[in-house]
This record gives sequence, C-alpha cells and structure tokens, in this order.
Amino acid sequence: MAAVVIRDVEKAFGSLRVIHGINVDIADGEFVVLVGPSGCGKSTLLRMIAGLEQITGGSISIGSRVVNNLPPKDRDVAMVFQNYALYPHMTVYDNMAFSLKLRHADAKLIDERVAKAAAILNLKDYLKRYPRQLSGGQRQRVAMGRAIVRDPQVFLFDEPLSNLDAKLRVQMRTEIKALHQRLKTTTVYVTHDQIEAMTMADRIVVMHDGIVEQIGTPLELYDHPANTFVAGFIGSPAMNFLSGTLRNGAVETAGGQAIRVHTSKTQEGQPVILGVRPEHLSLGNGGAGIAGRVTVLEPTGAETQIFVDTPAGPVTAVVSERHSFVPGTPITLQPRPDCIHLFDAQSGRHL
Amino acid sequence: MTDIAVKPAAAAEGMDYLATRTHKLVTVYLPLALFVFVLLFPFYWMAVTTFKPNDELYNFREHNPFWIASPTVANIDKLLFHTEYPQWLFNTMTIAVVATCLSIFASVLAAYAITRLRFKGAQTIGLMIFLAYLVPPSILFIPLATMIYALDLYDSIWALILTYPTFLIPFCTWLLMGYFKSIPYELEECALIDGATRLQILWKITLPLAVPGLISAGIFAFTLSWNEFIYALAFISSEEEKTVPVGVLTQLVEGDVYHWGALMAGALFGSLPVAILYSFFVEHYVSSLTGAVKE
Amino acid sequence: MSQAIATGVLSPRRSLAELLDDRRVLSFLFMLPAVGLLVVFLAYPLGLGVWLGFTDARIGRPGIFTGLDNYISLFQDDVFLLSVFNTILYTVVATVIKFGLGLWLALLLNHSMPFKAFIRAIVLLPYIVPTVLSAIAFWWIYDAQFSIVSWALVKLGLIDHYIDFLGEPNMARGSLIAANIWRGIPFVAICLLAGLQTISPSLYEAAALDGATPWQRFRHVTVPMLMPILSVVLTFSVLFTFTDFQLVYAITRGGPVNSTHLMATLAFQRAIAGGRLGEGAAIATAMIPFLVFATVFSYYGLQRRKWQQGGHDD
Repeated sequence: MAAVVIRDVEKAFGSLRVIHGINVDIADGEFVVLVGPSGCGKSTLLRMIAGLEQITGGSISIGSRVVNNLPPKDRDVAMVFQNYALYPHMTVYDNMAFSLKLRHADAKLIDERVAKAAAILNLKDYLKRYPRQLSGGQRQRVAMGRAIVRDPQVFLFDEPLSNLDAKLRVQMRTEIKALHQRLKTTTVYVTHDQIEAMTMADRIVVMHDGIVEQIGTPLELYDHPANTFVAGFIGSPAMNFLSGTLRNGAVETAGGQAIRVHTSKTQEGQPVILGVRPEHLSLGNGGAGIAGRVTVLEPTGAETQIFVDTPAGPVTAVVSERHSFVPGTPITLQPRPDCIHLFDAQSGRHL
Repeated sequence: MTDIAVKPAAAAEGMDYLATRTHKLVTVYLPLALFVFVLLFPFYWMAVTTFKPNDELYNFREHNPFWIASPTVANIDKLLFHTEYPQWLFNTMTIAVVATCLSIFASVLAAYAITRLRFKGAQTIGLMIFLAYLVPPSILFIPLATMIYALDLYDSIWALILTYPTFLIPFCTWLLMGYFKSIPYELEECALIDGATRLQILWKITLPLAVPGLISAGIFAFTLSWNEFIYALAFISSEEEKTVPVGVLTQLVEGDVYHWGALMAGALFGSLPVAILYSFFVEHYVSSLTGAVKE
Repeated sequence: MSQAIATGVLSPRRSLAELLDDRRVLSFLFMLPAVGLLVVFLAYPLGLGVWLGFTDARIGRPGIFTGLDNYISLFQDDVFLLSVFNTILYTVVATVIKFGLGLWLALLLNHSMPFKAFIRAIVLLPYIVPTVLSAIAFWWIYDAQFSIVSWALVKLGLIDHYIDFLGEPNMARGSLIAANIWRGIPFVAICLLAGLQTISPSLYEAAALDGATPWQRFRHVTVPMLMPILSVVLTFSVLFTFTDFQLVYAITRGGPVNSTHLMATLAFQRAIAGGRLGEGAAIATAMIPFLVFATVFSYYGLQRRKWQQGGHDD
C-alpha cells in the first residue's frame, strides 16, 4: 500500500509531445480513475507509473521512492492489461503463481496465495484450465488474480473491461469495486467510459490532449465542472450547451430566448455558454424557459429522453414521467435555477 | 514550459529505455555486425576476385588481398565471351520461367480446387501434395534419369522443365492454399448468388485478390529453379545445354587449372538474376517463406 | 464412365458450360495437371527407385531382380557405412549450430533498430543465391594455398601456416559443415523472427511486471511460444540437410578419399559416374527410413499443444 505522487510529468515520443506537465497526488488506498477520450494520454501515464514507458520529464514516486529509473519488476506494482496478457502456455494456476515462482517462493506459500485469490475471484474450478479455454470474463478474473497474488503496493488497470460485452462489464465493475473495498490497495484505473469512472472512483482525473482538465470526486465533477470539456464529458446523456450573451441578468440565446441566471463573475454583454444537464430540465407550462419542438422521444422504461429542436440548437431533456408527444409538438423546458452552469465562451472555463 | 531535450534513445519503444546505450551496443549491435559481416563476406570475396587480375590474385605478398590494386574486367570478359556462359544463362532462364509458369498454373488450379471446390478427399490430396515436397530430389534422380533416357529427353532442357515442377508444385500449391483460405468465402458466395459461374469467380474475384500470393509463389519457384542442381547435373551432359550452376562448376576448370577469376565471375553473375529479382520483391519472398512455415 | 452417367454428370443434355460449372467435374479437371505431373514424375519414380534398388541395373542395360544383394554388399562396404556416418554427423552438427545461431540472429533482429528492413533483407542473401555458386565461393575461400581466412589468421599471428581446409578428412567435414551453417542461418533466422513477431509484447510486459529478468522472460515466454514454429522449421531443416547434395559435390566431390561423402553424393557417384544404377538406387532408398523417422519425430513437435486448442484468440 502506498501513495503515488505524479509531479510535473512529461512524455514525448521522439519529437511528439503527448503529455504536458501532469500533477496528481494519489493517496494511499485510494481508487483513482484516469478518464478521457482516446489519445488523451491516460494509458501512457499509467504505463509510465508501471515502468513500461520512459518518463521524459518530471518524476513519479511510489511510496517514498522516486521510481523514474527503476525497472518494472522493482516497482512493486501489478497491472491488469486490456487484452489480459495471460501466458497462453500456462494453466490458470501457473499464470497466477508465476511471479512467486520467479522469486523462488515456497511451494506452500504459492499454494496459499493462489488459493486465496482464486476464492475471492471464483476461479477455484478453473485452476487447471488454459486461457484459451476460458471466456473473456474468466480471463479478466485470472488477470486480476495474477495481480492479487503479487500483493503489490499499487494496482494498475488499463481499460480492463473494454473487451467485454455490456452486461459483463456492469457485473465486473461491481466486482472490482468490491475487491478494492476488501483489499484496500491503492488503485489507478484507466478507462474511456465515464460511467465506469463515476461508479468506481474515489476521485477522478479527467484528461484531455495530454493535460489534466480537472481532478475531483465524482460528485464534485458532476456538480462543479471546471470547464466545458469536463461538463460535457461527465454525465450521460451529455450536458446541453447553448451559446448566448449575458444581458440584464439573463442569457440571451441565438433564438432570442432569455434565461435568468445568477452570476457574479461576469460582465454585461459577455459571450457565454450556458450549460444545463438533461436531468435538470423539466417541462414548463409556456412562459419562461427554452422553447422548441419535440423531434424524438426515447422511453427507457425508468425515464423518458426527449429530444427537442430549439432555435439555439438541439436540446435533450430527461424526465421521469412517461409522455407520448407527437413529433413537432411545441414544448418549453425549464432549467432548475441552481443547476445552470455558465462558461466563458472563449476559454470554456466555468464562471 | 521550456522544451525538454529528448535523447535519441528515448525514441525507442516501451521498456527499451532500461538498457543503456552501451549495453545495447555490445549485446545487439556488435553481434549483429558480426553476423552481417560473416554472411556477406563470401559475396564480397566473390566480387573482389572477379575484378582482380590473375597475377594479383595469387600474389599475397605484394598486394593486400582485401583490396584490388588494379581492377580489371578480364575475368568477366573471359566468362562472357570465351565460354558458353551466355548460353547457360539463357538455358537457365528459359527453364526457370517455363517451369515456374507451368507450376503456378497447376498449383493455382489445385489449390483452388482443394480450398474452394472442396471435393471429397480434398484434404487427403492436399496432405499428399504437402508430403510430396518432403521427397527430396536426391532420392528421385536415379529413377528419373532412367525415365528421361527412356523418353529420349536426355541432354535436353525439356528434361528439366518437366521434372522441376515436381518440387515446385507442392510448395506453390501449399502456399496458394494459404492465400486462398485468407480470402473471405463470403465474396465468392455473393458472386454465386449474383449468378457467376465458378470459372468466372476464379478468374474475376479469387485470382485478382490472390495476386500477392501468386507473386510470392512465382518468385519462390523461380528462385528454387535457379537453385536446382542434381537433376541438371544428371540429365544434361553437353556443354551448350547446361544450366548456370552446372556449367560454372564443371566447365571452368581445365584439368588441374582452376580459373578462379572466371569461376568467381561466373558465381557472381550467376547469382545476380535471382538477387536482383529478390531485391525488388523482398517482402513477397519473406512472406512466402514464413507463410509456408507457419501453415 | 457408367457411374458418371448414372449420377447425371455426363448426361447428354448438359452443355459444356454446365459441365464446367459442376463442382465435381471442375475439381477433377483442376486437379489433373498437378496430380498428373506429380504422379508421373514423383510417385512413379519413387516406386521405381525402390524397385531399382533390388536390381542390378546399369546405365544402358536394364537390370534383373537380385533381391537384397545390393543392400547386403552395401552394408559390407566401408565407404557406404562412412557415408551414413557422415550424413548423420553432418545433419546433427549443422542443425544444432544452425538453430543456435539462427535463434540468436532472430532475437537480435527482433530489436528495434535503424534500417531494420534493409538489414533483414541482406541477411537473407546467402539463402537466396544458388547453393552451388556460393559453394564455389567457399571452395575458393577454402583453397589450400590462397585462402583468405588463412591469410588473415596468419597476419593476425594466430597460426603459422596455411590451413589445409579440404585436404584432411576431419578438417574437410568441418569446412563443409561450416558452409552449410552459413547458408542455413538466414532461413532459420527469418522464420524464427516471424514467430517472434507473433508474440504479443504485452506478454513480455506482464512478465516484466511479474518480476522476470530478461533471461527469465526468454525462458518462460519466448521459448515456449516459439516451440510450434521451431518444430516446423526444424523438420524442414533436418530433411534438407540430410539429403544435401550440392554443397558437398561442389566443394569436395566426396573427397578426400571418400571421407566427406554423404549418402546423396555417394549415390550419384555410384549411379551416374560409375554407371551402377541399381546400387545407387539402393543407397538413395536407404535414406528413406531416416527421413521418415525425422519427420515423425518432428510431427510430435508439430502437434498442436493443449494450450493452443480451444477457445478464441485474445
């Protein structure tokens, strides 16, 4: 168990810089998720923690040691790969026992540890099988078992659920979270799926184009996004963005609608982007709000997604009641006043 | 943020950074250089000997044998104009081209039949063809010699044109089977539904897609034909009908006198056609080699 | 014929175009060139060769059946027994060294380096070039008086007189084995390199994280995963080395004093040069048991291992 400190880390492949100065402090025992779109550098950062890529600049410390020049085997970290990376020519038992066998551990100890990991992960019946004889979910569990047997200071997960089907993914998410609660090992988890991030993380690091956009707990990111990128990335369906100008205490959108806002950090006439989440929009009875026409209705059983076309652009609303609007019906949506976000139109930063 | 100077070694992949530059130099580059040197030296030596005048060739005291003091084309001249070498070149080329074409023709049909037409017993015949490749010429040359005599093909390049396919066809069929298998069957099914005949499918769909495989097989067959020796040695005796390998080995030695200059010139020039072809199609060659082995 | 008519294949109402679209007709036609050629020029001669070994045929006159006479006299023939010994020695030594060095070269080529494709291309050159021509080059390199190797070694002060590469039996065998290794390394290296490249890098990364040193990674990841392709390459290599003719014929013709004869070169000498076809055929046929043994032995290596079966790839 150890804290991981990432300080001013940079990464360049030749002359191509992919990571520009990242600072993250991961506390001992914390479950931190690195999330972002493809190519944002999250996997690269993870691999640098593991020692699989060189750290071009800055430093990474695990525990109290700076690990920049330590080979992977000396860093006391374990990694679960996206494609599992199980040794095809070894049984499940041997896969999990491999690291201990390399250290010439006592056979009894190996047996104990593997049995314990197998019990936690429900692999007891599969110990004699080969990876090719296992399903995707089982292979993923073996990969995790291999990491557990190591009993490392840090667990690293590199998009482990991407190759699984949707249902299995949901199931494994819960299992991984339960595992963390049980073992309490510091975990760094990389994914591009924001739902995974929201459900599993103690804290989330949102990355984009090699920089950190925001670090915070899931609810912090949800309630107080630092900029339009984070606001649009976290939460599904995504936040609605309407551009407009601030006038007289209201945002005037392109369609001529005015939405009242409370703000202190703005100037008159400032171009802004108004953000409001679909779940914070309710159906109004005419009057103030965002007006438009219904285009598509998507009932999911628990709620209804309403796609509305407005002069300021398309807007999505999610309501818990069932409706059956005919496409083309005029409709007004009212945002919850305390859930309206204002972003500077130029920089995207939250105002 | 100032740009951080990146060492060239950092451009290497993943865990490479753990090995220091000197470590990599000693464990990788040095042995590799040694390998390359040993593997290429005979060619260098061939070339040097070709262009050296005879007196320099045998005189090590005055001249460093690694260099040429006064290059000459006399050996080449002797080879091209005072021996039957051009004729041998022509013979070998003809044999190689015709045998290759014959073999590719037969192999394409056989490979297609086995993988696509999937007739009864296809797998067994496919296996037998593969096993045929394992029967080496050094076992077959004696009975084949008697047959060649009997068919009155002795001392004719046709003896070789007809016998070379025995080792070209198995290999090419096997290779092409692999290529055909990699073409999605759905494409042909689609064409069948669209109303094409099987011959049309072969000609218009399968073959165009298998062109890389055809090239690989053709190049490999060509190279194998050039490399053949025992049949050429056994079935042909008159000087004008010989192939390059046989001619260079047998005709450039007069009694006890080895004309090393001409011999090396013959070896060098004999290697050129295949080497030139190879240099244009390296990837095809490598893929046919490894593809056959991986099957 | 009647069966063909009975199954409707050759019914008179079918046009040529229809016939050519029938799977069975087409299959037969397509297989005809290949199978025909192979039956006439491979299967038949194979049987003929075995038969000839039981006769006393000579060039110019067909033989009569003499049973095992040829084989009996061969087993009392020192030169023949020596050729068997030579062939086995040649094959075993050359193969072992070829694979050791070939694997090493493949591992070297597996690193990332500048001009990798070019280096890989030139490394294959010894294998591309006709064997006899490179053998002639070796013949010259091994010359007793003018060997460049001797010259260099003398210049470096390592020896004091020129080496007689081809004049002394053991030296000659060693020289031939060396030439064979030279030619064979590229083939082994390129094939094994292809095998190395199929090993997913994440396996090495996982092993590194598990605590494996480079040597342990080689032992526990590279070698097991390379085994399948290694068996295949080994089978071919053993086969073609055992039946090698060109190299020995070109450099020593089996000399000095028959001490470097392989079974193939001896067969050639007895049959073509000596005119005794029956005897030569017997020698050639004697190679077959060894080849069958080698193939079957490697077949067990070719067997898909348990861990390769089942399921889908990652």
